[in-house]
Amino acid sequence: MRTAAAILRKDLLLELRTLETLPSMALLSISTFVIFHFGLNRDSLSGQLAAGVFTVTLLFAAMLAINRLFLAEREQGGFDAFLLAPVDRTAMFAAKATALFIFMVALELVAVPAFALLLAPPRLGHSLAGFVLLLVLADGAFAVIGTFVSALAVHTRARDLIGPIIGLPLMLPALIATARGIGPLLTANSSGSPQLKWLLVLALYDLFNALLAVGLFDYLIEE
Amino acid sequence: MSTHVRHLRGLTVVTALMITAGLALTFFYAPLDAEQGFVQKIFYIHVPLAIVSLVGFCLGGVYGIGYLRTGKRIWDMRSYCAIHMSLIFSVGGLVAGSIWAKASWGHWWVWSDPTLVSYLIVILLYCTYQPMRFSIEDPERQARYAAVFSIVAGAFVPINFIIVNLSSEYLHPRVLNLEGGAMPGSMKLAFYTSLVAIALLFATLMKYEMAAKELRIETRRLRRRLLGDDAGPLARTASPS
Repeated sequence: MRTAAAILRKDLLLELRTLETLPSMALLSISTFVIFHFGLNRDSLSGQLAAGVFTVTLLFAAMLAINRLFLAEREQGGFDAFLLAPVDRTAMFAAKATALFIFMVALELVAVPAFALLLAPPRLGHSLAGFVLLLVLADGAFAVIGTFVSALAVHTRARDLIGPIIGLPLMLPALIATARGIGPLLTANSSGSPQLKWLLVLALYDLFNALLAVGLFDYLIEE
Repeated sequence: MSTHVRHLRGLTVVTALMITAGLALTFFYAPLDAEQGFVQKIFYIHVPLAIVSLVGFCLGGVYGIGYLRTGKRIWDMRSYCAIHMSLIFSVGGLVAGSIWAKASWGHWWVWSDPTLVSYLIVILLYCTYQPMRFSIEDPERQARYAAVFSIVAGAFVPINFIIVNLSSEYLHPRVLNLEGGAMPGSMKLAFYTSLVAIALLFATLMKYEMAAKELRIETRRLRRRLLGDDAGPLARTASPS
């Protein structure tokens, strides 16, 4: 636990001092909204279309963070140092997944208001609680699967390509649940609370992947 | 090696016989479908291909567990060959399914069918297995990462089916539900024969691939010895190079 906290603190401090990943994620998400505005030729989006646009935008931004997640470890020998230390290797997974989760939440603090402002989905304020709940669960999926995929890709030659192509299909079930959950919230006659089905699917998918990733992560950072 | 090959010869003969039997039953014994007519016959190839490939993907994951537990390269090779063969079978299944969809629903691709869509997602995931594997240079790490991938992806197969099913309405004909389906006995016989035939084909091709790989490794080792190099334990990799 202390190891995980130390790694997490290191990652957050690094991000705070360099400001490399988060601003890029935020910029990318806003640019994506603008592209969707022109691509779809709509001033405002609602229902499933709005949900799809938002989910895809989150995914794009998440990919940036996922690609850079283990960059410092690989380039500056962090992996070797970590392997030399007599600590539990799962700590690395816990720290990285938490860092990614925090990045996603921070991104959404920018992306959700930008989404509301630029694409004006109806009833977003009314169903904000359900919307946020779905996003938190979706962030869990991004964090767990993203960390796993990033660890899998970081030692490959074409890591920038391998990460996204493995990550996308693995995240698809979570993206389906997120988009289907958000869709009804953003319609004009939304009830304001998401369907329980999608919350459950997301929560179970998060849990399932977290267990799998924790069980297998050790094999990915062995030397 | 010789017993291995003899074993393989018997399996090949049985597979050839079963495939002939399966095709014969499909075309001459099973009745024509009342609604779809002749084109429904593709069902006897499409569904076994799909089932065998999905089982093969999961099997790849089980072999992956075997590798991580024992560290023996033979498990890695099994996992690789199972996934490789499944990928080929699944592409065949997808193409056959697409033809069937065009014939019976009028479209090459039908989004409202969750089975087809989730099958595509699974194939997309497994298409990344080889690019991932062969962009890792160290053979030991290659095997370990491939095993981890195979386990995660193998577990993903059923979960993905459940979630995609939740997201859309049923359209696929449910011929294999728990109540025994709506197939008459003659169709069932043809179907199960085809299923066994395709499963045997999978096993045979997988064994051939493994035998070929073993042979290549052996040849490489002998050539090294002949050339006077200090052969040592050669890195055994499933790489096609």
